[in-house]
Amino acid sequence: MGRIKTIARRTFLIGSAAVLGGVAFGAYLYKKPVANPLVDDLADGDAALTEYVRITADGVTLITPRADKGQGVYHVQAALIAEELDIDLDQVTVDPGPPSPAYYNTALSEEAPGFMPTDDRFAANATRTVMDAAMKIMGVQITGGSTTVADSWDKLRVAGAVARETLKAAAAQETGVAVANMQTERGAVILPDGRQLAYTDLAATAAGLDPVDNVTLKDPSKWRYIGKDMQRIDIVPKSTGTQTYGIDMELDGMVHATVITNPRKGGAMLSANTADAEGMRGVLKVVEVPNGMGVIADNTWRAFQAAQAITFEWGPAEYPAEQDDHWAVLAESFKKDHQDSQYRDDGDADSALSKGDVVTAEYRAPYLAHAPLEPLNATVLITDNRADVWTGTQVPRFAQDAVADITGLDKDDVHIHVLMMGGSFGHRLEIDVITQAAHLGLAMKNTPVKLTYSREEDMAHDYTRQIAMARMQGTVKDGQVEALDLGIAMPSVISSQMGRLGLSVPGPDAMITAGAWDQPFGIPNYRVTGYRSADLAPISSWRSVGASTNGFFHDSALDELIHAAGADPMDERIRLAWDDNSRAVLDEVAQLSGWDGPSIGANRGRGVAFCMSFGVPCAEVVEVTNTDRGIQIDKVFAVANVGRVVDPQNLSRLMSGGIIWALGHAISGEITHSDGMTDQLNYDGFEAMRLYQAPEITVKGLELGDHVRGIGEPPVPPAAPALANAIFAATGQRIREMPFNKHIDFV
Amino acid sequence: MQLNVDGTTHEVDVEDDMPLLWVLRDEIGVKGVKYGCGIAQCGACTVHLDGVAVRSCQTWAVDAVGAEVTTINGLGTPNAMHAVQEAWAEHQVAQCGYCQSGQIMQAASMLAAIPEPADEDIDAEMSGNLCRCGTYPQIRAAIVTAAAKLREG
Repeated sequence: MGRIKTIARRTFLIGSAAVLGGVAFGAYLYKKPVANPLVDDLADGDAALTEYVRITADGVTLITPRADKGQGVYHVQAALIAEELDIDLDQVTVDPGPPSPAYYNTALSEEAPGFMPTDDRFAANATRTVMDAAMKIMGVQITGGSTTVADSWDKLRVAGAVARETLKAAAAQETGVAVANMQTERGAVILPDGRQLAYTDLAATAAGLDPVDNVTLKDPSKWRYIGKDMQRIDIVPKSTGTQTYGIDMELDGMVHATVITNPRKGGAMLSANTADAEGMRGVLKVVEVPNGMGVIADNTWRAFQAAQAITFEWGPAEYPAEQDDHWAVLAESFKKDHQDSQYRDDGDADSALSKGDVVTAEYRAPYLAHAPLEPLNATVLITDNRADVWTGTQVPRFAQDAVADITGLDKDDVHIHVLMMGGSFGHRLEIDVITQAAHLGLAMKNTPVKLTYSREEDMAHDYTRQIAMARMQGTVKDGQVEALDLGIAMPSVISSQMGRLGLSVPGPDAMITAGAWDQPFGIPNYRVTGYRSADLAPISSWRSVGASTNGFFHDSALDELIHAAGADPMDERIRLAWDDNSRAVLDEVAQLSGWDGPSIGANRGRGVAFCMSFGVPCAEVVEVTNTDRGIQIDKVFAVANVGRVVDPQNLSRLMSGGIIWALGHAISGEITHSDGMTDQLNYDGFEAMRLYQAPEITVKGLELGDHVRGIGEPPVPPAAPALANAIFAATGQRIREMPFNKHIDFV
Repeated sequence: MQLNVDGTTHEVDVEDDMPLLWVLRDEIGVKGVKYGCGIAQCGACTVHLDGVAVRSCQTWAVDAVGAEVTTINGLGTPNAMHAVQEAWAEHQVAQCGYCQSGQIMQAASMLAAIPEPADEDIDAEMSGNLCRCGTYPQIRAAIVTAAAKLREG
């Protein structure tokens, strides 16, 4: 408890405020509060806190500011509050809340450059603090980096506890009964005589009290939600077709639109002939948008058809037109003048590599699309004094700024309503669809316009995962890994992504070597160098970001060296791991998979891989059979340490899904360019894994250490190398390039 | 033309070749049916035509005239779920959930034809439905549960 309270005191204070008909509880961030996002609804405008709990006579609302892309975080955030508030999830309304700097994400800064997530030295903490303050200034209300649970763990539980204790104080004032004699349960204060006072009836009194901020959080033995399998609050809607997503938005008088912009990403539109399109049935207006045209019609399909009837002349893109030239740029980047970082340089790699046989290898990982199943969309309604936007976005604050710029409205008059997302994987960190919708909305003032991308438009303009290349040299000695020198070249994803938001990020890009330099292995001579290539096609965060490529490079290289040393792949990783929690993860996956070596019978093999990403050590074992129809993936075992498992079932789902995501893309996923345009425009060219290919998956979450971490991304990086290592065990063939089906067939 | 959707007749004024998907979503307002790819690669738009699963993005409106169209919203409701939907909720299949309307409609159609599907049947019948979140192990388990529920009536 002591630790929780210290954290609570240092980074936020819990307060309360009167709201119309009741009370709101939430965090004062830092010591100086930021403006209240719900000021519109406040009766008393001087209250300035981040709302997490709002109670009025009408009901209890829990505010869950991190967006739900399918990972179940609306549920998790609500459960953390409800646990301490003593209310059941069937008694509350869950609301994502408006964009506000008060909801800034403190956990993202844990991935500060140059310090390992396990590193608590002063310098590391100092850097985090600086990053924290920067985020407050920027108001980064971002969902990403597997940060939701880490960010919410203390904040939301404390908010729930303060609300609970203040409601008890209100009950004491109303009844004269001592707080010590009260219980709370199912949204009510229970008096010693059994009388129940509903929170909703106590709200008005609670609003007049100073919040009780000296709270004790519940002992874990008393938890009703945390640590238990829960039925997600969205599961029945999502099983009955009644969950509405952004694309399902409906408003009175709404019209339907689509856009086509230059398929050479970022290139200009030189000309457009819209005559045919304008005459087509249902077309209301054809409007220019940045680098392309939009069609507004009375039906989405009619808008799609009309957009196809426009003939365009497109300008060139700034990146190389042909894919081979992208690879050539990377190959030329392993040079001193491209060096971006060298966060790992243990021992003396040069000296070690000058002796004996040197193992060398080169690895490649292609561009990949996010391609969530719900195409990008945004609905806007713009009037002379207000803009409303309904969309699934991970960056509502940036969307608000952009729409204010386009419409000329004050930011306060731009209202972003975040809707449920049909997947994202990083796709909805971009705001092009929102800015395009704003242009269409301006052309149709006072009429709601829903912009829906066709699948082809969505994939043509996906800001993909980075393309990357790595070169390894290493040596072994006395049956052990002696030296590993890994160089990684890629364009900067942070620079590309933040650049589109108008921000520049100085210094090295930690993502260029994330998932490689920060691995907890005590290799005597160990060097990881990041090389920043010239910018290529625009790129963005893709589930696990830098580690999605680098986890493959690093663990594949390690596996090759372990093989050269003649050591057991599991034993040598365990021997090299200096971090207790990482070693525990490897021990556990060895036990879970019954590991007794890479060979498991004729034409069969298994591989292990490890990657620490987002502070989570994760180890996976993959078993394959080399059949006459190709490689079949039979089983996967995965173990990760997240510090605290909030919902075991949801953790298991996210791990299993992350593994299938990673394996599917490793097998067949690739985005390439010809004539400056994306070659793969639909799922026929980019499908990832199908049901018949999905292996049997066994997962386990460990609860070691003090840090609570998210699980959305960490299962992704180890899966591809574990598969490659398993294929090597089964066939003797090393696969060093994704997608693997360029080199070997799969069932 | 007249379309019978989830037991209700709707008069719509659309081109013969407008995909049923867009008639359902934009003209009639059935939003449980999802657009994912438009070329029968993902299965998110799956509905039943006289009980058989079809991709509504590849079905012309005119070809649905005279048929009974059943969508996810007609298969069951939150308070009266179909056995397949119950199994989906029990196994907590959905993550983002966007593909699940189509997955459920495909599974319901399969189970009507094959009451006790083998793993190979499930592979063959369900592999046209894409799930980007990777819920396939839960889909497989839910189908087994749903089959048992349907057999028990």
